[in-house]
Amino acid sequence: MVCPKCHGHMQTYNRNGVQIEQCGNCRGIFLDYGELETLTRLEGTWSQQAPPPQAYPAPPAYPQQQAYPQPPGPAWGAPQHGGHYGGHGHRGFAHMLFSS
Amino acid sequence: MTEAFTGADDALIAALAEHARAARGGERGASDGSDDDTVVVVADRADGTVVRVADTVAKAHPPGTDPAVLARRLAVAAHPLLRGILLPPYLPPTATSSDQEAPFGTLAGRPVTVWPYGTAVDRDDPAAAPWAAAGVLLARLHTVDPRLLPGPLPAMAGPAKAARAMARLDKAVAATGGESAASRTVRAAWERLPAPARDEAPHEGPAALCHGDLHLGQLVRHTAADGRWLLIDIDDLGTGDPAWDLARPAMWFAAGLLDPDAWDRFLTAYRSAGGSAVPADGDPWPRLDVPARALAVQTAALAVAKAALTGRELDEAESELVTACGRIAALG
Repeated sequence: MVCPKCHGHMQTYNRNGVQIEQCGNCRGIFLDYGELETLTRLEGTWSQQAPPPQAYPAPPAYPQQQAYPQPPGPAWGAPQHGGHYGGHGHRGFAHMLFSS
Repeated sequence: MTEAFTGADDALIAALAEHARAARGGERGASDGSDDDTVVVVADRADGTVVRVADTVAKAHPPGTDPAVLARRLAVAAHPLLRGILLPPYLPPTATSSDQEAPFGTLAGRPVTVWPYGTAVDRDDPAAAPWAAAGVLLARLHTVDPRLLPGPLPAMAGPAKAARAMARLDKAVAATGGESAASRTVRAAWERLPAPARDEAPHEGPAALCHGDLHLGQLVRHTAADGRWLLIDIDDLGTGDPAWDLARPAMWFAAGLLDPDAWDRFLTAYRSAGGSAVPADGDPWPRLDVPARALAVQTAALAVAKAALTGRELDEAESELVTACGRIAALG
């Protein structure tokens, strides 16, 4: 997978069953669909076990997930990055739209 | 399938222009000679050469086209049940008077059909692509009862085309000195497809009328239909599982290439218009999953084969498709 921000190579890591893609160049991270929820659930479990000594404000929800609910996809679907479509985000796709 | 496509020669293009001019004369009486007579090559690919003269186009179908099957497909496109769905051809007057005569000419062994010219989707503005119209047209196509049409039409060739793409990848791998990481990934995804999707077992279930090769180049806007969009290209028209007609946009969406909003407009329009390929509501993926996987494999296989034969790297979109094949291969 290619990083949509800097086009670096993204490496896949598995952490407690959560698939994370991290860019080897800019270190940016992508989460697959539903994985933010998994992380939030894991965080909730952890908070119950060991409440933090200090109260932090709740982190803002992932804005793209909230603003653009994704239509369902198949099990092999790509993580949806949002905002990179229309043939400009992926070189070659505009051509692909018109060919067999 | 030709390995290297060299393009049509000038003689074929000139002859196609003559077919277009002759049909124009036949359609609207003697031309007054004042119209724009410029010859424009609209498409020149292995799967057909299309030449435009003013408001008419002539298409040379690929060598090896079965004339009897093409005649049936033409008759379907001209059928009243397909009005407002498929662009109707210009048929020579003899076609209606005699069943024995083929309703088209030939050039160098290739059948030639003649059509009204329609305006294509703007390639430089994919954001304005008529996804909703594509959904509605497919839905209407799929609800036409094939038993009411001239036929029989051949089976929808989706699985056969996927198998041909894999054969092409095999040839490219053999010609370029072995498997690459990309070709191995595509092959692993292919091997996980069920037998009917690999054209190794027949399709079970009801057979709908299918376009067989949907993409944005298959829509034109035509004045004869009040400027509404119509489907073109009858060369893959057949009967089978209509979900294969949705599989290419579905695969683009699943691979992260097609804007989710465009996919949503296409699918919502398809369902609203009563399309039979997916249930009216709920999760469409139980029906779309296998054909979309097959289209991902097919498209990735052709891209990897072409890139290997020309010694170029995969572009970004092609790489995403290979990555999608990796995820398909990794499914349990």
